[in-house]
Amino acid sequence: MSEAVMADAMVSPAVGGPYVEKAGGPVVDFSYVGIDAILEQMRRKAMKQGFELNIMVVGQSGLGKSTLMNTLFKSKVSRKSVLATGQEKIPKTIEIKSISHDIEEKGVRMKLTVIDTPGFGDQINNENCWQPIMKFINDQYEAYLQEEININRKKRIPDSRVHCCIYFIPPTGHCLRPLDVEFMRRLSKVVNIVPVIAKADTLTLEERDFFKKKIREELRANGIDVYPQKEFDEDAEDRMINEKIREMIPFAVVGSDQEYQVNGRRLLGRKTKWGTIEVENIAHCEFAYLRDLLIRSHMQNIKDITSSIHYEMYRVRRLNENNTVVARANGIPEHHLAAHEM
Amino acid sequence: MSSGEILVSEADGNGGIMAQPKNLEGYVGFANLPNQVYRKSVKRGFEFTLMVVGESGLGKSTLINSLFLTDLYSPEYPGPSHRIKKTVQVEQSKVLVKEGGVHLLLTIVDTPGFGDAVDNSNCWQPVIDYIDSKFEDYLNAESRVNRRQMPDSRVQCCLYFIAPSGHGLKPLDIEFMKRLHEKVNIIPLIAKADTMTPEECQQFKNQIMKEIQEHKIKIYEFPETEDEEEMKLVRRIKDRLPLAVVGSNTIIEVNGKRVRGRQYPWGVAEVENGEHCDFTILRNMLIRTHMQDLKDVTNNVHYENYRSRKLAAVTYNGMDNNKNKGQLTKSPLAQMEEERRDHVSKMKKMEQEMEQVFEMKVKEKLMKLRDSEAELQRRHEQMKKNLEAQHRELEERRRQHDEEKAGWEAQQRILEQQKLDASRTLEKNKKKKIF
Repeated sequence: MSEAVMADAMVSPAVGGPYVEKAGGPVVDFSYVGIDAILEQMRRKAMKQGFELNIMVVGQSGLGKSTLMNTLFKSKVSRKSVLATGQEKIPKTIEIKSISHDIEEKGVRMKLTVIDTPGFGDQINNENCWQPIMKFINDQYEAYLQEEININRKKRIPDSRVHCCIYFIPPTGHCLRPLDVEFMRRLSKVVNIVPVIAKADTLTLEERDFFKKKIREELRANGIDVYPQKEFDEDAEDRMINEKIREMIPFAVVGSDQEYQVNGRRLLGRKTKWGTIEVENIAHCEFAYLRDLLIRSHMQNIKDITSSIHYEMYRVRRLNENNTVVARANGIPEHHLAAHEM
Repeated sequence: MSSGEILVSEADGNGGIMAQPKNLEGYVGFANLPNQVYRKSVKRGFEFTLMVVGESGLGKSTLINSLFLTDLYSPEYPGPSHRIKKTVQVEQSKVLVKEGGVHLLLTIVDTPGFGDAVDNSNCWQPVIDYIDSKFEDYLNAESRVNRRQMPDSRVQCCLYFIAPSGHGLKPLDIEFMKRLHEKVNIIPLIAKADTMTPEECQQFKNQIMKEIQEHKIKIYEFPETEDEEEMKLVRRIKDRLPLAVVGSNTIIEVNGKRVRGRQYPWGVAEVENGEHCDFTILRNMLIRTHMQDLKDVTNNVHYENYRSRKLAAVTYNGMDNNKNKGQLTKSPLAQMEEERRDHVSKMKKMEQEMEQVFEMKVKEKLMKLRDSEAELQRRHEQMKKNLEAQHRELEERRRQHDEEKAGWEAQQRILEQQKLDASRTLEKNKKKKIF
């Protein structure tokens, strides 16, 4: 028995179902239930709510982090553009600065937070320079946890957890430095790390391939699992896509927020005396792949892994070590933090 | 023979000799002196020691290969940058290059591991120690009696590679240069300059020069000359400090020409093109025009600084200073005499010392013997005492025993007497009974 379906204005006729054409009357499909209309409802709801994305950029000063952020989101989102200070002085200790922007495209609103870490790896003695960063990430998890275990909690918990950490590797062309290995080893356990080779216009193509191979070997040798993590592949299709990505990691990127005229088109690029580097040309650099990964194809996956795996791990650890937290959730929460191993 | 005197010395007010310039009336021929020096130098050959310092991966080995157009570091003998070291080391490699009949013994000193660790405090210490040790070697060689062969291994120039961050100097760069600018000629270079566009490059250079002046770092200064041509050259170099260089090991065809360069998908960065980078300026400056000046500045300024500091420090101590000072001012014979005297005095001192030691040992032994004697004596006394005590005791017991015996005997006698008395009375009784 088929039923006449009362759907909302935008119902699409299902494929494969016979529909009876009545002269002058509405088109009714007798085998179409309309479950797929939920996609449309979700879409509208998401558009109303908007998305949140928190990206952290880590790397030595001068590697083009701010420029890359500007290039990724095609607007001046970096810390430097906002503050507009003259010359940047290298700070004596690591600071964590986060700037939020609301950007909109085709009706989709996104609250983008860029978390910058000036001072990382710039001192003479860089021991434990990862500690402030780990503390920050754990603090964000803690804030979310506190919100979650409240008895009266908000309808939508503001998500300030770091979804993705882009780590900038200086283009030495030889191998990873001890600082890089140490940092990535510790942070790959609490956050999704996407390593990129900064200022990749320093390397010729052969040097680039050699460097990438070396980096992948070293990551494997040290047991560092960067995004997309092998263990979180859900099915064969995912695995295939992710394998292709894993073969290209780390992406060799070039950032630029200036436009130049090339062959009659206006493109983002860098102009030198011997040629112009086009940022979006995949023959020149791999920026397009990074952008696709972060924004166009894997953004939701990144957020899912953060909330369902990294956050859950934190939560389990916290709740286990402090069994009284649940009982006292409404009152004064305990703040004896024995955070993730530093 | 020319009839003119060439040199007229005239004492001036201060007691110094001033030479008055005089015109010659004919050709003497000492204009040939530079040629003689030239020929002798060419025969002798030249030496140059160059040090390269910078983090790994900045292209130091490649630049050295490009500078001297040889493969100092080749696949068979890979540069130190291919392995990240745990501690800073200082390695030197020697190469003999020949060009146009001129020999150059080139020593390249590399510092792998500099600035690569997580904690880079004191990573400049091995470098400082190396430079000081070379100065010290030269100082000792200079002070020897026989100094026909004086190899000069002092570091004449230090190329410091700055990473092309585009912002400014890193704390490590500033620390290193502050500590080494008094010991060696520092020439700062911007490595991998093909990372930056021309505007970024200029901004970076300005920033670096500002910071260098701020921290009062004394980099190598090109000397002023009177020659107009040379002044123009020098000024051009000064404007472009620090030099932004690109190195390459590969030769590429560009427009039919074979040039050293780096092939990118968007073009070829040529190493020897003045518009692409400052490599040619560096090479000309280092090798073609200023090599001798670098050596002179090292010899006259840095080495003299080291020497005066070292000798002043030694004077402070007292005893050895005369010896050192004497070595440097007296004639060889006197020095030999002094050496002999030193030797003799040393021997005497040694003899004295040995005697002293011997005496001491003897005294010790004597004391020991005396001690043991006293010990024995004491024991002897004690034994004697013991013996006497025992003796007395024995006497005492004997006396007692005698007393007892006497007592017992007395008792016996009494008993006997009693017995006798008893028997007598018995007999009496018996007698009585009979009656």
